[in-house]
Amino acid sequence: MRPFREALISLVRRPMLAALSVTAISLSLFILGLFGLTAHNISRALAAVEEKVEIVAYLRDEIDEAQLRLVRSEIGAFPEVESVEYVSKTEALYNASRELAEFSDVFPDVEVNPLPASLEVRLLPGRRDPQSVGTVAVRMSGYDFIDDVRFGRDWVDRIHTLRRIAGGTALIVGGSFALVAMLLVGATVRMSIHARSTEIAIMENVGATAGFIQRPFLAEGLISGLAGGAFALALTFGAYRLLDRAVMAVLWLPDLWIAAGILGGGVLGMLSAGRSVRQELKGLYAI
Amino acid sequence: MIRFRNVTKHYPRSGTALADASFHVRKAEFVFLTGPSGAGKTTVLRLVHMELAPTEGEVIISRFSSTRIRRREIPQLRRRVGFVFQDFRLLERFTAAENIAFALQVTGANRSAIRPKVMRLLDHVGLASRASAFPAELSGGERQRVAIARALATDPLVLLADEPTGNLDERASLGVFELFKQLNALGTAVILATHDTTLLRRHPETRVLELEDGRLVYDSRSDVPKPPHASSGDSSIFELVRGGPAP
Repeated sequence: MRPFREALISLVRRPMLAALSVTAISLSLFILGLFGLTAHNISRALAAVEEKVEIVAYLRDEIDEAQLRLVRSEIGAFPEVESVEYVSKTEALYNASRELAEFSDVFPDVEVNPLPASLEVRLLPGRRDPQSVGTVAVRMSGYDFIDDVRFGRDWVDRIHTLRRIAGGTALIVGGSFALVAMLLVGATVRMSIHARSTEIAIMENVGATAGFIQRPFLAEGLISGLAGGAFALALTFGAYRLLDRAVMAVLWLPDLWIAAGILGGGVLGMLSAGRSVRQELKGLYAI
Repeated sequence: MIRFRNVTKHYPRSGTALADASFHVRKAEFVFLTGPSGAGKTTVLRLVHMELAPTEGEVIISRFSSTRIRRREIPQLRRRVGFVFQDFRLLERFTAAENIAFALQVTGANRSAIRPKVMRLLDHVGLASRASAFPAELSGGERQRVAIARALATDPLVLLADEPTGNLDERASLGVFELFKQLNALGTAVILATHDTTLLRRHPETRVLELEDGRLVYDSRSDVPKPPHASSGDSSIFELVRGGPAP
């Protein structure tokens, strides 16, 4: 408990410095939080679009019941596949007439149904990337009684490009702000070390261990990081409410992300404090 | 207890601060370390405190050797070697008692044992009534006494004092010196670096190690005549101690 007590005393003794540090960390993490909110909403939107990714295999008219059962069960057993739905010729015509007005006009007069039966294959979440979709499509086209395999290749590619851009931007922007937050915590801890240089020299002089001397500064970094994380969460929540009420329906962050954000702030604070402590006190007991 | 074996300390910028020094300080001995400014007195003390490592040779303090000591053992050594500075180095925001308690706290002393020990130390240095005074409210002599009490907090085997009377008037200097003598009589070795010739003149019985340009030129215990090249000026410690020019 001593390191935390001393860290709190140190923060209370220099309230302006502490406030500056926590504010700076909060703002950095707030921007990360806003980005998290955006990334989460983009991700959910993409997932919703991805759910619509399906492969349609058009069947030859001469396929019999046994072959249909076989092909359904075999495709259903592919590791990427979530479900296989059979759409009969009649259902296909009914769907078409329902969705396309011009079809419904001609439907009563059609004597021969021109539409093929099909299998609509949905893939498991996480396996809806272009490569998996392509692999499954190629494997399906290998069946003799499958006439043609279609999937929105362009759409699948675009969705995944969007996801990659979002992921890459998250990494770059998130990383940049994390770095800014680290530098700020580090600078605060350095100032704190300088402000206590006489105390540190006396501790070293009378034989305090290096760990004893360093721990309060690590605790200071941890506290600043956690406080910054908590403030950033409050700010992000405020922004979320504002957007949700005034602009458009927005999803709030998952609990795991919130916990990771606050803990991440603490870890970030402690790591940057550790780096500064190591640099500033590298002469400690060095002979 | 403290042994210097052919110790040389060379600083990259300022050159040799100590050259081939060998001497031995016994348990509970009192030694004046003297010589002009820049002679190497502070270097000797910092070598004993293991703030510096010798460039050549070996420094041995009790069971610790400069050639073998590990970084994590240095705090243990420091607790056995008290250091008193000319400028006291007290924490201004702490009272006299808190300054001493601080040394005990940071070295992991039992909390319940700290207060009685602080009061005992303050009593020992004659400042029991000034326990709650801040350094700014104390005289120079009193501040140095607090610094001595703090150095004693970890029950050191030896007290190193770097010009401890340098900032004090004559009366305060004598008081502080008497305190060192008392502590020494109780079994703590003292190495007192000074160029205060008055102090040396008053205590001719005390062992003197004299440094000049980084060389140990005189050790009163070894009774070796001072080399002719050393301390040719009027302020030669050898002359002061022996009461006349070197033979």
